[in-house]
Amino acid sequence: MLLIKCPHCGERPEIEFHCGGEAHIARPLDPSQLDDVQWAELLFYRANTKGVMAERWNHLHGCQRWFNALRNTVSDKILRTYMMGEPRPYIGGEAQGAATGTLSYPAPGERSK
Amino acid sequence: MSDHEMIAERRDVFHAVDNLTKPSNNESCAISVAAPALRFGLRMDATAAAAAGKPAGFDLSQSINSLRQSVADAASGRLSARLGPDEWLLIAETGADAAEALMAGLTADLGDVAHTLVDVSHRNLAIELTGSAAADVLNTGCPLDLGDQAFPVGTATRTLFAKAEIILCRCENVGQQPLYRVECWRSFGRYMHAYLQESAELIGARV
Ligand SMILES: [Zn+2]
Repeated sequence: MLLIKCPHCGERPEIEFHCGGEAHIARPLDPSQLDDVQWAELLFYRANTKGVMAERWNHLHGCQRWFNALRNTVSDKILRTYMMGEPRPYIGGEAQGAATGTLSYPAPGERSK
Repeated sequence: MSDHEMIAERRDVFHAVDNLTKPSNNESCAISVAAPALRFGLRMDATAAAAAGKPAGFDLSQSINSLRQSVADAASGRLSARLGPDEWLLIAETGADAAEALMAGLTADLGDVAHTLVDVSHRNLAIELTGSAAADVLNTGCPLDLGDQAFPVGTATRTLFAKAEIILCRCENVGQQPLYRVECWRSFGRYMHAYLQESAELIGARV
């Protein structure tokens, strides 16, 4: 069984956790200004990274708090966990993401329609 | 309340369970259902909680995943388990008729500090395990390291036991023996008790 390090509780068995998908997706401040394509991209388009990916995790059967984790989607190794609200860390020579340091794919609206 | 039509009756979770006190062949783990208790779910900011002292005798000053147990003062029999950065489970081993008074006491002591306080007395029940094999029995369904270093007296956390979510508390030892209190939802009560009892028998049969 994998051990996952909750930032609040320390290392705990993986069955206590739940993955909430890609992290650092900024919600639009005014959703009514988005057109259908932008809205669809926000809801459904994800980077689906092969390699290190930032994900949201919840310590569901523990402290029940959300946090972020860097997980290698090839090896399933969780490289680091960090608090909600903290910027995504880049570790071990990993290539930096987009200029914002968060999104590794075009932001909603920047994708060709 | 007397004006309301009775639509349901609260029954003891263990009604018609005939082997509740069946002697196990494992002498090193005694399993018993704890007496009914009052329980409150408290959510409040961690900094505010640290400043709140001991509302109604409940000590909120502990670190995450630990338990404070007041035994020797007026607030005897009160447990406070800090389950997360801003969440506590408060347990008072007192009569059910004291719920309103205790709630009022907590509310008065917390004063203007923003918080939510919910009476969850009847949501949970507790099963107690004691004896040298208690941790082994718990580990048949719970993957946590329950060794004395990883899970010493004064530890409390939400976790899993088989298919049930539980809150596991390591209370003060009874003599030399460890005492674990397992809080679970009452609808899981029979499942938890039967599972623990069966595990104790299996482990006892192996020794
Ligand atoms: Zn946690």
